[in-house]
Amino acid sequence: MPIVATNDFVVKFANVNGSGSASANELFARCILRMGVPVASRNIFPSNIQGLPTWYEVRVSGAGWLGRRGGVDLMVCMNPQTWDKDVASIEKGGYLVYDSTKPMPPSKFRDDLTVLGVPLTELSNSLEGTIPRERQLLKNVIYLGALSALLGFEAGVVESLIGQQFKGKEKLINLNMRAIELGHGYAATHLAGKCQLKVERSEKVGDRIFIAGNDAAALGCVYGGATVAAWYPITPSTSLAEAFMKHCKRQRVDPETKQNKFAIVQAEDEIAAIGMVLGACWNGARAFTATSGPGISLMNEFFGFAYYAEVPAVIFDIQRGGPSTGMPTRTQQSDILLAAYASHGDTKHVMTFPADPHESFEFAAQAFDLAERLQTPVFVMMDLDIGMNDWLVEPLTWDDNRKYDRGKLVTEEELEAGKPFARYLDVDGDAIAYRTLPGTHPTKGNYFTRGSSHDAYARYSEEGRDYTDVMLRLLRKLETAKTILPQPVVRKAPASTRWGVLYFGSTAVAMDEAIVSLEGRGLLLDTLRIRAFPFAEEIVDFINAHDQVFVIEQNRDAQMLKLLVAECAIDPAKFISILHYDGTPITARFIEAAISERMMLKAQREAAE
Amino acid sequence: MTYITKPKLHHPALPKNSLGYTHRDYEGRISTLCAGCGHDSISAALIQACFELAIEPHRVAKLSGIGCSSKTPDYFLGQSHGFNAVHGRMPSVLTGANLANRDLIYLGVSGDGDSASIGLGQFAHCVRRGVNMVYICENNGVYGLTKGQFSATADKGSKSKTAVNSDSPIDLVSLALLLGATFVARGFSGDKKQLVPLLKAAIAHRGSAILDVISPCVQFNNNPESTKSYDFVREHNDAVNRIDFIVPKAEITVDYEPGAIETVRQHDGSVIKLAKLRPDYNPHDRAGAMAFCQAHAAKGEVVTGLLYIEDDAQDLHAHLNTVAAPLNGLGEADLCPGAKALDAINASYR
Repeated sequence: MPIVATNDFVVKFANVNGSGSASANELFARCILRMGVPVASRNIFPSNIQGLPTWYEVRVSGAGWLGRRGGVDLMVCMNPQTWDKDVASIEKGGYLVYDSTKPMPPSKFRDDLTVLGVPLTELSNSLEGTIPRERQLLKNVIYLGALSALLGFEAGVVESLIGQQFKGKEKLINLNMRAIELGHGYAATHLAGKCQLKVERSEKVGDRIFIAGNDAAALGCVYGGATVAAWYPITPSTSLAEAFMKHCKRQRVDPETKQNKFAIVQAEDEIAAIGMVLGACWNGARAFTATSGPGISLMNEFFGFAYYAEVPAVIFDIQRGGPSTGMPTRTQQSDILLAAYASHGDTKHVMTFPADPHESFEFAAQAFDLAERLQTPVFVMMDLDIGMNDWLVEPLTWDDNRKYDRGKLVTEEELEAGKPFARYLDVDGDAIAYRTLPGTHPTKGNYFTRGSSHDAYARYSEEGRDYTDVMLRLLRKLETAKTILPQPVVRKAPASTRWGVLYFGSTAVAMDEAIVSLEGRGLLLDTLRIRAFPFAEEIVDFINAHDQVFVIEQNRDAQMLKLLVAECAIDPAKFISILHYDGTPITARFIEAAISERMMLKAQREAAE
Repeated sequence: MTYITKPKLHHPALPKNSLGYTHRDYEGRISTLCAGCGHDSISAALIQACFELAIEPHRVAKLSGIGCSSKTPDYFLGQSHGFNAVHGRMPSVLTGANLANRDLIYLGVSGDGDSASIGLGQFAHCVRRGVNMVYICENNGVYGLTKGQFSATADKGSKSKTAVNSDSPIDLVSLALLLGATFVARGFSGDKKQLVPLLKAAIAHRGSAILDVISPCVQFNNNPESTKSYDFVREHNDAVNRIDFIVPKAEITVDYEPGAIETVRQHDGSVIKLAKLRPDYNPHDRAGAMAFCQAHAAKGEVVTGLLYIEDDAQDLHAHLNTVAAPLNGLGEADLCPGAKALDAINASYR
């Protein structure tokens, strides 16, 4: 039986990298959004520029679930290399769209599938006045046209988006429109009534926006007052630095002088990038770098320096599959322990964990306040799934009354008026000392910043007491941090339960869906989303209030669980680890299956006892 | 080192510069380096140069890496902020600091281990970028703090207690020329008369000013065969010029033989007068400077003086087209586009 579904199915495009499919596929997702139906799209791409397989997955979810669902209902098979696997991955009773210009042997199909052949090559060859390269690209647009007919898109939706995308380029608009019409016309004539997956107008999207986390985080840097960015290209963080460049050019060029209120340097490596960030932050600018696991590894020595010498810095870690080069184009949450204790000696670092692009914007802007307030590096722990995929999220907001928190800075006037200054002395009791910027006052307030041991007055010292005083204050400073970091988000089950679940970052969307399914099955859990490290007291309370607590992570080694055990002195037996680390984003199906299995097993055991 | 603390009091008749400071106001803490260390002479030259230029000490930021040379920023300009970075990474920190506030003077102090070994990459790239700074490499050919290992500038065939160096030396002057530095000079810690005006000219230069200063290590590399020893440099020094640095509007009083003088005007209006000890040497010819240095090195001679200068150099801020005001002084009004702009941005993502 063919699958019948409206506003609730998964379409996947199997393409060859470099064939120009990305923009047509993204257009497909945007068409559905324009019809008010939520989508969750994910780009599954290789570390390659041309030739290797690439996929784009669109989950159409009238219910608004934004995680990956898993499974495919309609596959657009454009890549002979992956044909067999792609066909095999379609759900029972699903649909297959392919280029039927050349006949395929029946053995290449499955009996249960509805095969929707569109002669894409033939149709694109019929487009007069085009060159071969254009015809190759237009095949993608033709299948978009065919899909618009098969899925029943409203008239005019595709056209208006094409008009917008190629604004001012009439020739391109015409060409693309012709391709859309060709595909639409063919499907409407030859495949009418064959596809029972439909998109119907809905109001579920509302005023939400469709944006990638790296783009949103870059905007957060602009809004948060970052003026210096130093970076080194590395997937999946590159688009954050590039987006910062784009937004600065639009928002930060002085209209009169045409000069830039920003400085962006592509460094020679990640070590230089973080060095520049520290230099700029030491000198009072708000500065950041964006990188991924390998970059974090390289920057370690400077992290220890910044921690010990108390220099602010903001680091975006767009996590990818590790170790080593690992899976550069796949997602993971596997830098948690690396970032938490980066560098030699005793260190501990502040991390925040945004769950989606909206929060990436907010946490990005907030990171600069935190870094300057706490005078320490702040890691914004994103991942490839959030960073590089467009997500449907609430519009970004900003309060114009908001002021940047520049932290404890002593001014020239204060020094002149006789305010005492000791760079590393805790005068307020919150373990945060005051700092001055270079060039502040002719005779007062200067100090020497060093990574070697120092006393409260920033003087070089090898006295044990001077050293331990500073090290203990640094620990206490992180206690202060707990009170100003983003607090956890708790969701209570409809009735009281002894089961809890902890999760963080991009897992949130899948968790939101899984918890509703679990509740539907009568399996109740309270949930807590971790949003920052060092851990808030509320996290410890939550764990203590439950008998068993699941910890869901996208890494092999249960890094967050280990951090919780180490930092909160909790019996590891309390935790049940659920791990997903094959490089694809975690799904609601996976979480639901893993949790329900463990909960039912426990229930069976208890019944047997 | 000397253990005698200098008295804070000083003779009332000590000469004062135009800011009313004496050279004592440019001093730092007591050096902890070995007696006779070339680095201390360089610190003294820096103090002299800053005093003569009447620089406000607190408007200088001193940055260094790790090693004997990198300790020296503690020993001069006691009113300046200092930054002792990690080993070999001073250039990146200095670059970032400079981006944050273009109005300060940036002194980068490094050594041959810091610059030519672990930090060669950062040295190269900060020069390429044209960061407005004075980059001083206090070059002695050895690792002093770890007791005498070869650095990357050590002569081939150098002997330590346990080994003979078989690696080719890196010449930072040639490298800086190759990498596009707009001010390249070599000095000798034992020749303050030459070094002070070189430092003054370097400070006034807008762009990457690279100063390789041969600075003998009295403990580990002052043997007569070393090209970084006092004796060797004194015997084999071929100074291409003697410079006199003249601040804007100052009367030009130096008198040289006609034909032997070349004047170079810098961005800030200052003038460098070059007394050409070698009439055939042209400090505006990058390729010529490289060939000259190489030819002399092959003969076992050390070339000193102002080797190359680009009159109209541009720095990184010019390349990045940044606003004239220091970036660290910009606030919400300049940096935050505000809620209304965000509405428009949101709309572009629908």
